[in-house]
Amino acid sequence: MSDLLQFVFSGLTVGAVYALVALGFTIIYNASDVVNFSQGEFVMLGGMSTVFLSAAGVPLPAAAILAVVITALVGVALNKFAIEPARNASVVTIIIITIGASIFLRGVAQIVFDKQLHRFESFSGDVPIEILGATILPQSVWVIFGAAVIFTGLYLFFTRTLTGKAVLATANNRLAARLVGINTNFIMTLSFALSAAIGAVAGVLVTPITLTSYDIGIALALKGFAAAMLGGMGNPFGALVGGLVVGLIEALTAGYISSTYKDAAAFIVILAVLFVMPSGLFGRAAVNRV
Amino acid sequence: MTFLTSLKQATAALALIGLASSPALADIKIGASLSQTGPASFLGDPEAKTLKMLVDEINAKGGIKGEKIELVMYDDAGDANNARTFATRLIEDDEVVAVIGGTTTGTTMSMIPVMEEAEVPFISLAGAVVIIDPVKKWVFKTPHTDKMACAKIFGDLKARGLTKIGLISGTGGFEMSMREQCLKLAPEFGMEIVADESYGPKDADMTPQLTKIAGVAGLQAVVNPGFGQGPAIVTRNFRQLNIQVPLYQSHGVASKSFIELAGAAAEGVRLPAAALLVADKLPDNDPQKPVVVGYRDAYQKATGAQVSTFGGHAYDAFMILTEAIERAGSAEPAAIRDEIEKTKGYVGTGGIVNMTADDHMGLDLSAFRMLEIKDGDWTIVE
Amino acid sequence: MKNLSPKSITLLALVALVLVAPLFFPSSFYYRVGTLMFINGLAVTGLVILIGYAGQISLGHAGFCGIGAYACALAPVHLGLPPVVAMLLGAIISGALAYLVGRPILRLKGHYLAVATLGFGILIFMVLSNESWLTGGPDGMQVEDLGLRDLLKSLGLSVPAAQVWYWFSGLVLLLGALLALNLHTSSTGRALRALHDSEIAARTVGVDVAHFKLMAFVISAVYASISGSLLAMMNKFVSPDIAGFLHSVQMVTMTVLGGAGSVFGAITGASILTALPQGLTVFHDYEHIVLGLIMMLVMIFLREGLVPSLIKRFSRRQG
Repeated sequence: MSDLLQFVFSGLTVGAVYALVALGFTIIYNASDVVNFSQGEFVMLGGMSTVFLSAAGVPLPAAAILAVVITALVGVALNKFAIEPARNASVVTIIIITIGASIFLRGVAQIVFDKQLHRFESFSGDVPIEILGATILPQSVWVIFGAAVIFTGLYLFFTRTLTGKAVLATANNRLAARLVGINTNFIMTLSFALSAAIGAVAGVLVTPITLTSYDIGIALALKGFAAAMLGGMGNPFGALVGGLVVGLIEALTAGYISSTYKDAAAFIVILAVLFVMPSGLFGRAAVNRV
Repeated sequence: MTFLTSLKQATAALALIGLASSPALADIKIGASLSQTGPASFLGDPEAKTLKMLVDEINAKGGIKGEKIELVMYDDAGDANNARTFATRLIEDDEVVAVIGGTTTGTTMSMIPVMEEAEVPFISLAGAVVIIDPVKKWVFKTPHTDKMACAKIFGDLKARGLTKIGLISGTGGFEMSMREQCLKLAPEFGMEIVADESYGPKDADMTPQLTKIAGVAGLQAVVNPGFGQGPAIVTRNFRQLNIQVPLYQSHGVASKSFIELAGAAAEGVRLPAAALLVADKLPDNDPQKPVVVGYRDAYQKATGAQVSTFGGHAYDAFMILTEAIERAGSAEPAAIRDEIEKTKGYVGTGGIVNMTADDHMGLDLSAFRMLEIKDGDWTIVE
Repeated sequence: MKNLSPKSITLLALVALVLVAPLFFPSSFYYRVGTLMFINGLAVTGLVILIGYAGQISLGHAGFCGIGAYACALAPVHLGLPPVVAMLLGAIISGALAYLVGRPILRLKGHYLAVATLGFGILIFMVLSNESWLTGGPDGMQVEDLGLRDLLKSLGLSVPAAQVWYWFSGLVLLLGALLALNLHTSSTGRALRALHDSEIAARTVGVDVAHFKLMAFVISAVYASISGSLLAMMNKFVSPDIAGFLHSVQMVTMTVLGGAGSVFGAITGASILTALPQGLTVFHDYEHIVLGLIMMLVMIFLREGLVPSLIKRFSRRQG
C-alpha cells in the first residue's frame, strides 16, 4: 500500500511538470495552430535564468520572477521574429522553424550560461513529509500545488475575462474572431508570452528536484508533446490529464513492471489510445477542410 | 583529375623532402574530437576546456623544443557517426600527428578503425575496457576502466562484510557498461545482486525504483553507476525514502559539484575516485599531490568552474602525448606511438601510468581512492 | 534543355554532381562527406514520397534506419548471412513492420500522426539501446564491411575504401531517385498527389486513400532502412543513435529545408545539412546558434524549401 502511494507521489510530481509543458503546447496551438517544439527551452530558460540571477546576487524570489519575465519576453520575440513572418506556412515548415528556434536557444544558453548542472535551494527545505508510510518532498508539493494554481488561474482567465474569451474565440475560428473585432495579433503575442511564462514557472518549481542544464529542453518537449497529444491537442484540461497520466504510467511501470521500459510503456499507452481515439482523450474531432 | 593528383603527390613529396632535410620537429598538429555538447557534454566540456588551457600553456612556454602546438578540435555532440566523420577529417584533411578523444565509449569505438587504418596514435578519454582489451596497436586510454571502479567498490563492500547488493543504473553507455562489468565481477567478490533497476538519463524522480530495491529482503548496500544529474537525484531520493543501508556512487560522480547538487543527502555516500578530487587531503609525500593541486588550481583559475576527473583524463592524455613527442624528438605518428607505449612512471591526475605493449592504459587499482562524503566534503577512507 | 522533362533534368543533374564533385576534393575526407550526402539523400528521397507526395509526416523514420543498420550488424554474425543479403533482410523487415504499423497509424492526421510515429521510433530506439546482450547497448557494435573493396581487388582494381563507398552510394542514390521519379509520374504518383492536395477530394474520385498512404509509408521505410544499412556498413560500426529521435528530426528537416515536393530539392537539403556542420566548425561555440538561425531563416523566407522556392523566384523574374 505504502509502495503504491510512493509510486503515485512520484508520478504526480513528474506528471505535473509534463502537464505544465503540455499546457504550454496547447496555449500556443490554440492561438496559432503552431506546435512549438521549443517549449522545452522555456522550462530550461526559467530554471537557468533563476540560477544565474541568484548567483549574481538577486534574492531567489526576485530572481525567479525576473526569470519568468525574461522567458515571457523570449516567447514574445519568438512569435514576432519567427512565427509571425511565417504565417500560413505549412505545418511541417513551422515545425522546422520551431525546431530551429530550439537549437538556437540552446546554442545561446550554452554561451550565456554554461554546460554544467545547476540547482538552487528547495523553497521549504528538504525534510520529507510522511503520509501513510510513503514520503514526499516539500518541493514536490510546491510543484503539484503550483501546477494546480496555474490550471485554475487559466480556467478563470479563459472563462471569466474578456481577453480570455477572446483567446478562445481566436482558437475556435481565427477569421470570425477578427471579424468581431478581436486583435488576433495581440492574442498570439499574449499566448506566446503566457506559454513561455508557464514553461518558466515549471522550470523554477522543478529545478530543486530535477536540477537544470542548458539541454534539458529536448526530453521535456518530447514528453510534454506526447502528453498534450494524449489529452487531445488544444484542450487545457486534456493537457492536465495527459501530463498526469504519462507521469503515473512511468512511475507505476517502473515500480511494478520494468524500469528499463517505463518510457516505452508511456508511448505504448499513447499509441493505443490514439488508435481508439484518433483525437486524443479530450480532443476535438478533427475537422476536414476541403 | 590526374593533374590534380599528381600535383598533390608533388607537394607531398616536397613536404617530405623538407621534413627529411631538417632534423628539427615540424609543425605539431594535434587533433581532438570531443562531445562538447549533447548527452555527454557533462564530460566533454571540461575535457575541451582542459585541452585548450594546456595548449595555451605549453605554447606560452615556447612549445615542444621550440615547436608550437596547434590543436584542431571538433565537437561530435556524442554521436558516433559524427565522431567517425571528424576522425576522418582530422586524419585526411587536417593531417594531425595524433588524436585525443572519444569522450564516450561509443564515439571512441567508431573512431578506432580510422586511426588503426591511418596508423595515427589515438588516446581515448572513455571508460569501457573494450577500448584497450584486446590491445590495439594505435589505441590508448587514460581513464580507469569501469571494471576497476566496480572492483574497488566490491572490495570495500567485502571489507565491510556486505554482500547483498542492489544496483540502480542509468541507461546511458557509461552506466550500462559499468553495470555489466559489475554483474560479471560480482561472483568473484562473493557479491549477490539482489536488485537491478535502471533510470533514463533525464529522469526527474527515481523513488519508484528505489522503493522497489528497498523492499528486497536482506538488502545490505546500493550501488549506483551513473553520471550527470542521475546520481544526485538518486542520492536525494535515497535519503527521502530513508533507506538505511550504505549508498555507493561510481567514479562517474567526478567533481565537487555532486556534493553541491545532492546537498545534505550526500552525507555518508562512498565512491571510488581519482586523487584529483581530494587534492588537498593527500599527504604531502604523495607523488600525485603536486600534479593534482597544480592542475586543479590552473583549471579553476582558467575556467572558474570546479575541476572534474573528466578534465583530468584530458590532462593526462595531453601530458602523456606531449611527453612522448618530446622523447621521440619527432612528430612522426609512428615514433610518437612507440614513445607513448613506453610511458613509465608518468604521474597524472588519474594515477601513476606504466604502459606496456600489452597494457595501453597502465593504471592499477591503486589509482583509485575510496572516498566518503562527510560534512559536505570528501574524506579518504583508509 | 527545353524538351527535357523535369525527371531527366533531375537525373542528369545528379549524375553530373556525382561525377564532377570528386574533381574538387582536396583530400579523401571529402569522399566521406560526399558519401554521407548520398546516404542521407537516399533516406530523404523516401521521405519525399511520404511527405512531399502523400502529405503525411513521420517523426520516427530513424527507427527504420536503425532496423536496416542492425540487420547488417546482426544477421552476418548470428545467421551467417552475407552483408548484402542482410541489407535486403533489413529492408524486408522494415517494409513489413511499416505495413503492420502503418495501417492503424496512418488513420491519424497531422500532429497526431507526428506523435504516433515519434512514439514508434522511440520504441525501436529503446529496444536497440536496452537489449545490450544482442545489440551491445548504447556503446554500439561492430559491423561487417560490405566487401565491395575486396571484390574490386579480386578483379585487380585497388581503390581506397572511401572512394569505393562514394561511387557505390552515389549509384544507389541514383537508383533510388530514378525509382522515386518514376513513381511520381506513374498513376500511383498521381493518386498520391491527389491525396496530398485533398484527402476528401481524392476519396470522392475513387482513390483508395488508405492503400496509397500505406504504400508511401512502406516505400519510405524501405528507403530509410537501406540508408541505415549503408551507413552502418560504411562506418563498420553502429550505435542506437542512428534510430534516435534527433536523427528522425534531422531527416525531416533535410527534406523540408530542401523542398519536400521535389526529389532534387530534398537531396539538396540533405547535402546542405550534411556539409553544413563541417563548415560551421569555424564558429566553434557558436555552431548551434548559426545552425538554428539558418534553419529558421530558410523556412521563413523560402517556405516551400530551398530549391522549389528559388526555382519559382528565378522563373518569375525570367517570365
